[in-house]
Amino acid sequence: MARRKVNLWEPKLLIQAVKEAFKKLDPRQMARNPVMFCVEVGAAYTTAVALGEAFSRAPEASFTGQIALWLWFTVLFANFAEALAEGRGKAQAESLRATRQEAMAKLITPEGIKVVPATQLRKGDVVLVEAGDLIPGDGEVIEGIASVDESAITGESAPVIRESGGDRSAVIGGTRVLSDWIKVRIAADPGSSFLDRMIALVEGAKRQKTPNEIALTLLLAALTLIFLLVTVTLVPYSLRYGVLPSIAVLASLFVCLAPTTIGGLLPAIGIAGMNRLLEKNVLAMSGRAVEAAGDVDVLLLDKTGTITLGNRVAVEFIPVGDATETEVADKAQLASLSDETPEGRSIVALAKKYGFRGRDLADKSVEFVPFSARTRMSGVNIGNRRIRKGAAKAIIQWVQDQGGEIPPDLEPKVEAIAKAGGTPLVVAEDKRVIGVIHLKDMLKGGIKERFAQLRAMGIRTIMVTGDNPLTAQAIAQEAGVDDFIAEATPEAKLARVKEEQAAGHLVAMTGDGTNDAPALAQADVGLAMNVGTMAAKEAANMVDLDSNPTKLIEIVEVGKQLLMTRGALTTFSIANDVAKYFAIIPAIFAHAWPELRVLDVMRLSSPENAVLSAVIFNALIIIALIPIAIKGVSFRPAPASVILRRNLLIYGLGGLVLPFVGIKFIDLILHLVR
Amino acid sequence: MTWRIILEVSFFAAVLTALAVPLGLYMAKVFEGERTLLSPLLRPIEGAIYRLAGVNPYAEMSWTRYLGFLLLFNFWGLLVGYLLLRWQNHLPLNPLHLPGVPGALAFNTIVSFVTNTNWQAYSGETTMSYFSQMFVLAVQNFLSAATGLAGAVALARAFARKEKKTLGNVWVDLTRSVLYILLPISVVVALVLVSQGVVQTFHPPVKAVTLEGREQTIPLGPVASQEVIKLLGTNGGGFFNANSAHPFENPNPFTNFVEAMLIIILPAALCFTFGRMIRNMRQGWVIYGVMMFLFLVGAFACCWFEAQGNPLFSRLGFSSGPNLEGKEWRFGAIDSALFAAVTTAVSCGAVDSLHDSFTPLGGLVPLANMLTGEVIFGGIGSGLYGMIAYALLTVFLAGLMVGRSPEFLGKKIEKREVKLSLAVVLVPAFLVLFLSALAVILPAGREGITAAGPHGLSQVLYAFASTANNNGSAFGGLKADLPFYLWTTALAMLLGRFLPLAAVLALAGSLVEKKTIPPSPGTFPTTGWLFAVLLVGVIVIVGALTFFPGLALGPILEQLLLSRGRLF
Repeated sequence: MARRKVNLWEPKLLIQAVKEAFKKLDPRQMARNPVMFCVEVGAAYTTAVALGEAFSRAPEASFTGQIALWLWFTVLFANFAEALAEGRGKAQAESLRATRQEAMAKLITPEGIKVVPATQLRKGDVVLVEAGDLIPGDGEVIEGIASVDESAITGESAPVIRESGGDRSAVIGGTRVLSDWIKVRIAADPGSSFLDRMIALVEGAKRQKTPNEIALTLLLAALTLIFLLVTVTLVPYSLRYGVLPSIAVLASLFVCLAPTTIGGLLPAIGIAGMNRLLEKNVLAMSGRAVEAAGDVDVLLLDKTGTITLGNRVAVEFIPVGDATETEVADKAQLASLSDETPEGRSIVALAKKYGFRGRDLADKSVEFVPFSARTRMSGVNIGNRRIRKGAAKAIIQWVQDQGGEIPPDLEPKVEAIAKAGGTPLVVAEDKRVIGVIHLKDMLKGGIKERFAQLRAMGIRTIMVTGDNPLTAQAIAQEAGVDDFIAEATPEAKLARVKEEQAAGHLVAMTGDGTNDAPALAQADVGLAMNVGTMAAKEAANMVDLDSNPTKLIEIVEVGKQLLMTRGALTTFSIANDVAKYFAIIPAIFAHAWPELRVLDVMRLSSPENAVLSAVIFNALIIIALIPIAIKGVSFRPAPASVILRRNLLIYGLGGLVLPFVGIKFIDLILHLVR
Repeated sequence: MTWRIILEVSFFAAVLTALAVPLGLYMAKVFEGERTLLSPLLRPIEGAIYRLAGVNPYAEMSWTRYLGFLLLFNFWGLLVGYLLLRWQNHLPLNPLHLPGVPGALAFNTIVSFVTNTNWQAYSGETTMSYFSQMFVLAVQNFLSAATGLAGAVALARAFARKEKKTLGNVWVDLTRSVLYILLPISVVVALVLVSQGVVQTFHPPVKAVTLEGREQTIPLGPVASQEVIKLLGTNGGGFFNANSAHPFENPNPFTNFVEAMLIIILPAALCFTFGRMIRNMRQGWVIYGVMMFLFLVGAFACCWFEAQGNPLFSRLGFSSGPNLEGKEWRFGAIDSALFAAVTTAVSCGAVDSLHDSFTPLGGLVPLANMLTGEVIFGGIGSGLYGMIAYALLTVFLAGLMVGRSPEFLGKKIEKREVKLSLAVVLVPAFLVLFLSALAVILPAGREGITAAGPHGLSQVLYAFASTANNNGSAFGGLKADLPFYLWTTALAMLLGRFLPLAAVLALAGSLVEKKTIPPSPGTFPTTGWLFAVLLVGVIVIVGALTFFPGLALGPILEQLLLSRGRLF
């Protein structure tokens, strides 16, 4: 389905974010962010001082006023970043929610069916949904069977079957029943469905901070505290020399030292991480899950749909006995003409390469023999000729029953295919075994390279499959996964998750069935397919609306990018302080100790301009970094040491150098303007 | 001159490394209860001590019990020590019949020795009886060092163990520290020092008649026995007021070298003890490398500035020799500067010259060494755990950049670890800022400052940097025995020692319960040069950001004024 990308600089979002930025000045909201709260207090205090100076017509009122203004800008810019990220998230969620607004529901009550708005439904209510109706809420089919158009949510145009019991019983609010009817038990109160939960995660007031975010906030608060003390103790130090730095200068020093860049952008980074998942049509149930995704170092991946295309494809016809390859192709195609399974179609397609196309069997007396679980073969009867294809054992039995001979080279050829991870199908005509069809699991394009990248990042991949160990091993080798679980049961999956966790690993997995639920709940990141059961979705901490298990890899990347962005901007923010010190300290004592001008390495035009330049730089850098905060730092899969070196160079060294250049530049402009 | 500095400092570093590695491995064996060379001799004594004290050496302790006993142990040391100092006039070995030590001074002194600071607001020879020196101060020299070792060892175990609740047995760690490490080295090296002329006697001071016919009192005492542990335990409290500048404590350049080595050897060796205990010697080497790098930068700088001497002399036309004011002629400028760099990088505080008389930038080095929180080798035990706290913060700050939530040695760094590491790193910084601001603004504090201008600020900064970081070296100049300083420095020493120690054990308690995440290519690498550079960066930037205003207005301004001919 088309990715719902919201343009970052869309005017509507920007205007909304500006309004929100002012609303967020409410100290009760600001208190959630200790760093910016301190800046706001500093701004308010400086404003009060500036007003006092203005009334007494003090000459420094203009300078104090300008500082106050820029301190307010610092707070507003930070609020703007958060509001913009929130706005994007809401816009994205809105576009998903739009589909489910006006639905009416046929509530089944003891008195009969009552039509009520979908918003009034409560958890446990049972509703009837008939052909043409929108399903009013997420829930589970308890009676009936229907085909449902889920394209509004998943983008998949083919209708899907939903029925009571089994793994196909979950329905999603906002999708439409196309035929028949179902009774649905509503699974959640309005406002607590998956989408609503996701929206709540991006909305400021209800947003829960994630563990890493809390720890980082704590660290930033501690740094803020120590810089507050550094600023305050500067007063007695300077009083020793008979200098009293003005409130404006002290407030500037404090705000410049406090980690405002990361402090201001921290909420935006977290929200943006959720948004990036939403862009990929993944709903996360908690911010914690997104963070955990970055830490994951073991992926349990279902073979089918993730590693392989899901259908086996015929790749080779192998003759046995005195038959030729062309003969095998011919008979195999005949046996598969009525076989509508993807495997059957692939056999027909492969045989076309041998020139067998456009067969017209209408005039012959043709009888198709469909596959049955009892005979374990299918085929066709043309006149007296009986052509069959099927599992080796079944065909051998069938030929022997007719008194036919089994060519000695059959068994080794069948075994060779099985060893290579393929599925052998034997073709026979009456008493004669003709050859073997090699059916192969086709790997998804580029999956092998993907696994190599994951390995370089320190992530192990484990393939989960129902295949026998021999087949599983062959595919595992071809795909380049690190390990596999063959003949996997849900219990085996759960056991493996626990085992990996006990060894200290963090595990991510996908699942869709009810019996996957325990393992999904146990995994650090459990991604449920939207087509899966309600139980699986409730147990997981993420739901993929596209039901594409390969997404797990993208989710891990989003998690990593989120953490990286946080680290990069923290490093940048702290490295920035060095330059600001060199701007402000000499400025404070320019008159009392002109000797300290040596420390003014930037040669700024005047003490006032120096302080102002530092404050302006400090405010503008927040705006400048909003795109990085929201889009995330550039991410390429690589070993940690490589990523670290690159980010350290850009954000560490860059953070050290850039403010020297920036402050000097702003100073030059100020000098020209004045 | 530059070459001599490079040669001398490099030689010192090479000898240090050669000694520290085997000693560190030996210490790891001791703390892990393995058999060592000294076991046949010491095992029976160790066993007898446990039986006598009724200690079960196999009883493992949770962090709260470990910390509780450690604090209790130190509290009793404090109380008993205080009473013995107050009543020394009623006790034996007091040939000069010295009176009991006054209350505030006794408190300041015992706090100073219990906290491994050895800030001295008194002159040893005129205040302390031989009994007080030997049974109060020297005993605490051993015990405070053992306390630091216990803290570091408990933290090392927290990394080595996974999903456990306990950190070892504090009584065993304390006993082994003293019995296997501190005592044997003290005994052997004391004899070496005696052979060089350090005195060891109960004889009262002797009177001598000088060539001018004047009578002079020459103080004596059981010096050698106390000298080694003063240095080895990173204590630094001299027998005499002149400390290691006194010829009976430190007679010649050879003993000067030995003494500098004694100061730094255990904190350096502990890096390898740590590496061995966590089964990751590379990590030990990286920590050692970071400490060594920061030490060398300081040592070279200090030696260089002192060798340059005073720029005013050369301007007056004199040949600008090295700065020898406040230094012993027998050591010269470079040896003295190296000793100053060692004693402040390591939180020892023994001095063989007056730091107050260093050139402003030469004097900045000892100050900066202390203000970084005593992690450049640092105090015995406390230097290592301080550095590990810095490492945790480094991993937390920069580790996110690799896209994983931060971990160090396989242990996830979360809210609790951040909080506790911050306490270890920032409590001393907080104390220095707050108390020095108090001192320059309150009349009671200003009274003690003896120099005008920026030098006065340096005096105050130095005093609180020295006490809050448990170094104990004195800049000189400040009237440290004024009530204001007696109480504020005692407060700085107590909080600067025990808050971080408590935080470290809480940290260990939290880490030991965590799973150990196996390393992979996605793990933040903490054993490479990149991490070493980052760690240095964080230490320097955090230190610089916190103290830049103070340093700019103190020593840096003083140097700038000096070059314009203004002296203080």
